[in-house]
Amino acid sequence: MVEGQILAKEYETGNTKKPWDTKKMKDAHKTIAEYDYKKGSVKRGYANRTLYINLSKSVIKEKTVTDDMKKKFTGGRGFGLKLLWDSIKPTTRWNSDENELIITTGPLCGTTQYAGSGKSLCLTISPSTNIICDSNVGGFFGPYLKFAGFDAIEIQGKAREDVVVVIDGEKGKISIECAPQEETNSHILNEQLTHMYASEDSDKARQKVSVVSAGKGAENSFWGCLNFSFYDIRRKIPRMKQAGRGGLGTVLRDKKIKAIVAKVDKFDGVSNNPADQDALVKVGTKLHREIRDLDRFQCNMRAVGTVHLVEIMDEYDLLPTENYRFGSFPKASKIYSPKFYELFTKVIPDGCWHGCTMACAKTVDAFTVMTGSYKGEKVTVDGPEYETVGCGANMSLWDPLWILEFNFYCDTYGIDTISTGTAIAFYMEMYEYGILNKKRCGGIELCFGNAEAVLEFMHRMASGDKDEFIQVASKGIRRAKDWLIEKGWGDKQIIEDTGMESKGLEYSEYVTKESLAMQGGYGLTLKGPQHDEAWLIFMDMVNNAIPTFGDKAEALHYFPMWRTWFGLNGLCKLPWNDVEPSNNAETDEPAKVPEHVQNYVEYQNAVTGWNVDKEELILQSERCYNWQRAMNVWLGRGCRKDDWIPYRSMGPVTELEYISRKERYDKQLIEILGFSESDIEKMSVSERIDILYKYRQNQYQKLADAVYYRRGWTPNGVPTPQKMRQLGFNDSSMLNMLQKKIDDDEKNGLNVWCGKYKNDEKPPTNDLKYWEKW
Amino acid sequence: MQKTKNVKVLKFYPEKCKGCLECEKACSLIHFKSKDGGDKSAIRIIKKNNKFQMNVCDQRGLCLDMCPVGALSRKKNGVVWLDKNICIGCQACVGFCPIGAMRKSDFRIEPFKCISCGSCVRACPENALELVEKNIDNIKEVVYHKLGV
Repeated sequence: MVEGQILAKEYETGNTKKPWDTKKMKDAHKTIAEYDYKKGSVKRGYANRTLYINLSKSVIKEKTVTDDMKKKFTGGRGFGLKLLWDSIKPTTRWNSDENELIITTGPLCGTTQYAGSGKSLCLTISPSTNIICDSNVGGFFGPYLKFAGFDAIEIQGKAREDVVVVIDGEKGKISIECAPQEETNSHILNEQLTHMYASEDSDKARQKVSVVSAGKGAENSFWGCLNFSFYDIRRKIPRMKQAGRGGLGTVLRDKKIKAIVAKVDKFDGVSNNPADQDALVKVGTKLHREIRDLDRFQCNMRAVGTVHLVEIMDEYDLLPTENYRFGSFPKASKIYSPKFYELFTKVIPDGCWHGCTMACAKTVDAFTVMTGSYKGEKVTVDGPEYETVGCGANMSLWDPLWILEFNFYCDTYGIDTISTGTAIAFYMEMYEYGILNKKRCGGIELCFGNAEAVLEFMHRMASGDKDEFIQVASKGIRRAKDWLIEKGWGDKQIIEDTGMESKGLEYSEYVTKESLAMQGGYGLTLKGPQHDEAWLIFMDMVNNAIPTFGDKAEALHYFPMWRTWFGLNGLCKLPWNDVEPSNNAETDEPAKVPEHVQNYVEYQNAVTGWNVDKEELILQSERCYNWQRAMNVWLGRGCRKDDWIPYRSMGPVTELEYISRKERYDKQLIEILGFSESDIEKMSVSERIDILYKYRQNQYQKLADAVYYRRGWTPNGVPTPQKMRQLGFNDSSMLNMLQKKIDDDEKNGLNVWCGKYKNDEKPPTNDLKYWEKW
Repeated sequence: MQKTKNVKVLKFYPEKCKGCLECEKACSLIHFKSKDGGDKSAIRIIKKNNKFQMNVCDQRGLCLDMCPVGALSRKKNGVVWLDKNICIGCQACVGFCPIGAMRKSDFRIEPFKCISCGSCVRACPENALELVEKNIDNIKEVVYHKLGV
């Protein structure tokens, strides 16, 4: 759109500008509770207190962050786990009064010198999974929350009417205000509140306000996301980033929170008060230069963001198409990154936090909305990111404009593009098989490729449509599976095998059939199938760098721990390996990007004044990772059966899928399973599918055996008290709970390896209680 | 408002330079009230292969499109200017300057750069520096590259 070097105030995006009477809206606010606090300064990355709000009881108070808490939980997601553990019960569910919505920051969050340092971590008990979900998100809220004085905010209870929670770091005041007149949908609400709470009518003042909200879709589905705003002084609107996975927005709306607003009076490059400013600047500037020199030859993030992945995934048969049946598609080039590059606004610093020069947060400005209540308006669409485009492929939508439309409404309705897209793709496949049809779908013709039907479904869902299909489908694949099976409309196995969810959460957008390690990367996770714990497809499938179960288990230990570390500190993972030093391939462990790991060691030391090494970083994560798993056990899940994954993610479910990649599968039957070519000729396709099915299911169980062993868990996937003690935890209620669970498993015969091992193969150890010797 | 067309940039005559670094000292006096020169100076004179080279901002303004908070702007006289009251110290401009002319001293978090004030020109005993006018359109550059072109 623009050619660069236009002064920030002179940018023109073509978006529809609506004048809001924010004064009238503000006058309608009624203060429910207020709390004045003493503003403090952040010391070495920590504000050293958290904010507790109970909406049912109208209580607002501060909690102190102790050194012990920092030592055990580091910050960010770790703090979130600690606060949850102190507040909820094993019977707590997503809509229980005591369930909390927690937003945390982390000691490195809010740093401006190192790319990707503005992430907030959000935690709650998820409506989709009934266990803890954690989701990381950009935008200005996290840093502003910390600079306003708090490392985390936890919100318990429910309000009686729609409220806005305001954290005013300018005045040192927290307030809960009822907010009846504002819009609920995020793209409008965020704008209204940004204008309302900015201390003056200027872009500079508006940039110091950040809003967290979720729209009508979040209210009426289990896919609610949190939209975190960040005001763009060039586009002159608050843009947004999403904490997408796990239904956080649904919990926000269940608590009747319309929005949470954070505001600061000032901040600068040293608001974190780092221990060693010069070391921080040195390591940060080094990375800026690396991005400057190498990004365009590597991931091209600065030009197209994560969309660069579309063509790569298509080429390697990994782009999920038509509900993960295929990994590539002849039409896929229509949604390759150059198509989106044409639409993106260029030459604007697109970081979702200041100083992120990876700048992957692209937008399409002045996009004309094609359907729904905003039809005809010109809006800014944030994204799409790779996952959203992947959802397009999954639903067989091959027009970038319809993907943008889907993206826009998901965002403003406050629903996760990934869960929504993956679920709709599943419904579409069911439609193709006649398990669903127009009548059963409430009159919607939900077949592959029907973009208008997708949008109609979303509009009806957001409006709270009472049709049975809309009601069930909007609760996600797991509930829809149960519903379809109960109705007896289709074969149970095909429904279970094709619906891409695990633990109740929908898959993100990668085809994992040919990478066993990545199946584990999705299944052997804490919160459900997403790719922010491990992304091992290239290591495993393309480079064959982790051939044995031991190798895969090591990768499924190291990478989830490493990636968890970003969440403890309030960082984005992308600058770690989406740009790599030019000599990275020559290092000992290129997949770990050793130079960048060292950057993070220096970075954490520079901010906190600690003296840690790279092993200590992993240990920080291991503590929180095990704690979260243990809490999942406490909540009644977090065992081997919960790490189940649908067969569609392991191999071909249908004959169509088998035939589409016949050469590959036939070859595997010969080379891996020892059949002769003439054997195979004699077999029907369904017989071949059956053989692969049994083989691959067993491979997954063997992988789980190896991974549990590497992580120091029981064969049923439960962290042991011995392991927890090793990590420095001595909370007796936690340790006793785990011991009791292990004893129960023992009685029920669950403490056994589940892989079937042939004569020349061995389980990880023959000692089923190997941990007891620790 | 008429857009500024021209900007003054420093021109260096290496054959006249004797390496006294008076220019750097004059510069650090402007930026940091210090006669240290060196890391506190926006202009740097570097000796390479027995010849002197100058490293200083050429006002092409690539950094303008880098600043997330709008702290960099082109002033009426065409000079690229960093407002340190707005700057949040992210160093994006420092990292992305293709010639390393946006500088950071240990003195403060905000970077600094040449503002074509001419104090180095006046300080140079050899007349090796001069401010010359250039057309902005001929020097400006854009951060992004064209995809696939």
